[in-house]
Amino acid sequence: MSFDPAITLFSCHYTSQQSCAEGGKELEQLGFPAGIDLVRVPCTGKLQVTTLLKAFEDGADGVYVVGCPEDGCHNVKGSARAAKRVAAVRDALEELGVEGERVQMYHLPRGLHPEFVAKGKEMDSRIRGLGPSPF
Amino acid sequence: MIVAERKPMGEIIEMVQDCKKILVLACRGCVTVCSAGGEREAEILSSLIRLGMKKAGKSIEVATASLVRQCDREYIDEIDQFKDDGYDAIVSTACGVGVNFISNLRKDTMVYPALNTTFFGGSAKQGEWTEQCAGCGDCVLHLTGGLCPVARCAKSLMNGPCGGSVDGTCEIHSDVECVWQSIHDRLGSFDKSAQMEVIAPIRDWSSSGHGGPRKVVREDLTV
Ligand code: SF4
Repeated sequence: MSFDPAITLFSCHYTSQQSCAEGGKELEQLGFPAGIDLVRVPCTGKLQVTTLLKAFEDGADGVYVVGCPEDGCHNVKGSARAAKRVAAVRDALEELGVEGERVQMYHLPRGLHPEFVAKGKEMDSRIRGLGPSPF
Repeated sequence: MIVAERKPMGEIIEMVQDCKKILVLACRGCVTVCSAGGEREAEILSSLIRLGMKKAGKSIEVATASLVRQCDREYIDEIDQFKDDGYDAIVSTACGVGVNFISNLRKDTMVYPALNTTFFGGSAKQGEWTEQCAGCGDCVLHLTGGLCPVARCAKSLMNGPCGGSVDGTCEIHSDVECVWQSIHDRLGSFDKSAQMEVIAPIRDWSSSGHGGPRKVVREDLTV
């Protein structure tokens, strides 16, 4: 079944800082999937498990977090903490009988690098493959 | 503290499957400290229950609240503030004491346990808790260098170690320390090895719950 997934991306200010350039137009031009709703946070370490679950409750088919490289986080351990919380949400989804791949963590360099767009496309195609959220 | 862990979600969803409205009630005591049933965990659980029920094609209203503790009457009385909200059940994220106390004191309230209560323990390393005390009611720590053979020896031996102790490790698993080796080492470091020559007598376990549910009454505190 083909569908347009709704995906929520939580990205730290540092990793996504250029995503706002020209009002987000640059991202669009680079082919960043339109169904990804980007939420910028000061640090991904601030994200709580409940924040990620709320995105699913609000209708997201997939949720992912983009934070600094693990060994180069602006706030030292912020992205490592985020990765732990993403893992906790993945375990919880699996407990509920839902594919854990619907939630992902990526560690990317700061600024708008091609990887930022590539991971967006990867997430979009993963969720298309999984189909709509069972929630 | 009392250490506990969340039950598998499948079990919790099964408990509430016929409910339309529930209250997930956190406890700000031990289970907050061991990150199993405090306010944050109750919020997570509420979200997971909503998602799990939605997946099962059912709708449920889930509210979250917390009590200072769920092991004292004065705090349980605070549950009455939710009386008119029409909850079908409370899902308590307290230890088993909390669930029992609500059941004892609120005859009309159905309460379900969200946690498996595991042991009395401590945390020497972030995110890790280990059993330290069995609450046996007849403490021997003054004889064993402050290390508990009841809780920490796999066989609760009173005259250890057994023949399975190897290089400080218990025979049940290579990850488990032989507490009797540690007791010997520790008493030795205080020049009290001679204490190990004293044979502990056969123990009366009635204080440990083998004599039925236990009770402490302090006449100086009763009114
Ligand atoms: S090896 Fe040590 S801790 Fe293990 S059962 Fe024997 S005495 Fe107890």
